[in-house]
Amino acid sequence: MGKFLRTVFLVDLLQGLWVTFRNQRPKYIYTEQYPAERPKVAERYRGAPRLNINPDNGETLCIACNLCALACPENLIVVGSERNEQTRRKELTYFTYDISRCMFCGLCEDACPVDALELTQDFELASYTREGAIWDRQMLEEGPRPTQYRC
Amino acid sequence: MPETTFLDANELVINMGPQHPSTHGVLRVILKLDGEKVLGTECVIGYLHRGVEKIGENRTYQMFAPYVDRMDYVAAVSNGLGYCLAVEKLLNVEAPPRAQAVRVILTELNRITSHLLWLGTHALDIGAITPVFYCFREREEALKIFENYCGARLTTHAFRIGGLQYELYDGFEQEVRAFCDMFLPKVDEYEELLTHNRIWVQRLKGVGILTGEECKEYGVTGPVLRAAGVKWDLRKAQPYSGYEQYEFDIPTGQNADTYDRYLVRMQEMRQSIRIIRQAVEKIPTGPIMGKVGKVVKPPTGEAYVSIEAPKGELGYFVVSDNSTQPYRVRVRPPSFINLQALDRMVRGALVADVVAIIGTLDIVLGEVDR
Ligand code: SF4
Ligand code: SF4
Repeated sequence: MGKFLRTVFLVDLLQGLWVTFRNQRPKYIYTEQYPAERPKVAERYRGAPRLNINPDNGETLCIACNLCALACPENLIVVGSERNEQTRRKELTYFTYDISRCMFCGLCEDACPVDALELTQDFELASYTREGAIWDRQMLEEGPRPTQYRC
Repeated sequence: MPETTFLDANELVINMGPQHPSTHGVLRVILKLDGEKVLGTECVIGYLHRGVEKIGENRTYQMFAPYVDRMDYVAAVSNGLGYCLAVEKLLNVEAPPRAQAVRVILTELNRITSHLLWLGTHALDIGAITPVFYCFREREEALKIFENYCGARLTTHAFRIGGLQYELYDGFEQEVRAFCDMFLPKVDEYEELLTHNRIWVQRLKGVGILTGEECKEYGVTGPVLRAAGVKWDLRKAQPYSGYEQYEFDIPTGQNADTYDRYLVRMQEMRQSIRIIRQAVEKIPTGPIMGKVGKVVKPPTGEAYVSIEAPKGELGYFVVSDNSTQPYRVRVRPPSFINLQALDRMVRGALVADVVAIIGTLDIVLGEVDR
């Protein structure tokens, strides 16, 4: 009998509807209004790569040791270096990083002995061309500049 | 001879997938139908094959770790744990206690996110649209913990061979505790939406029965096996990563149908919370990385380690030839093996049940095809 009444009065369905109704409060809105409202990603987020420069003199921190290129499973980092005859040290000449193949695993970042290569919190990496996804040294030092939308 | 059309034949062969939204990826099921009744099926897989096992032979041990995340991308942390444990067994090292506790917390969180994704999509397949939004809302909270901890949400690469790469961040414990407190009432909320809902019950009860014996025959593991009443959980049967310290029950069902599998998974989420609560209370202090050098070069040998992934037994078989690269990596993915049972389960069922049965197996095609 109880089961019959529950069936007639749609108790099970109303229970479910009540849950839906409880969640209607505007306070519970969860959607992010993305381009207008940019999400704050975690501090450790592994996003766009950056080649750090020394803030005092603008020189690169990279010592061209090639460890990041060796650590990368996708072999997408190319480090070019040249021996400076005066200081007898290797100097970085070019650095390319193909973000179209990168899986942001963070192994290159872990391998870098001087914390020159870092995966940053920038996450907008789209580009209109395939070549645009291959970042050179200048791009890596400056970082991407995504369009900021406002409303 | 009279002209026959396809309408006269009582067997009709149709393709379901590979672009069918309810096959959870790119699974193609060739259905042999008699009217609404399914006479037989044939699965065509491999659309997502990337050759992950072969890639493993061309990468060093550390380099291969991010690739395993891409097999079962819904439960990337479990995959990482399985692989790391296998290589650690080869190297004969063990992760320090602190690392083990953190590993347990993260894998259990991952079990919850995986089950939430399953619940949302399964309900969506059956026609209940509401739960998916709720599930994703809570899943987001767990993914935020992953993001804060290791910097990625899905393909986490959270563990390294020998331990962890990242130290816990400030407020990790509080966040995990807050998640546990927030999450338990939400499970009740999902149950309120679904458990007694008559459409849900009628669509699921008695559908896709796979008895315990049949499960064992096919090698089906995970919630599907437990819903058939077999109390088998690798976390209890052969504890790894310190699971023996935690108290939890293995939820089982009796009817071995789709509805019981749903109930088992709901209970599993509650049990996961129980494990997380115990683990987070006593995270030991100490190092997070075991004695593993920069170059991982295990001695010649082979190791098989299986763990209880959200979908079933996930095994890694790694063969070493004393070089820096594995000689062979073989994965025993739970989804691939569970998918075999699809034919047995859908035989005699209706077309509409096929979707429910694929959903209840909880397969991820990234793992089936590898
Ligand atoms: S994040 Fe991973 S894939 Fe990307 S460059 Fe670094 S090591 Fe290579
Ligand atoms: S590992 Fe660091 S220092 Fe060495 S080449 Fe790469 S970015 Fe430069």
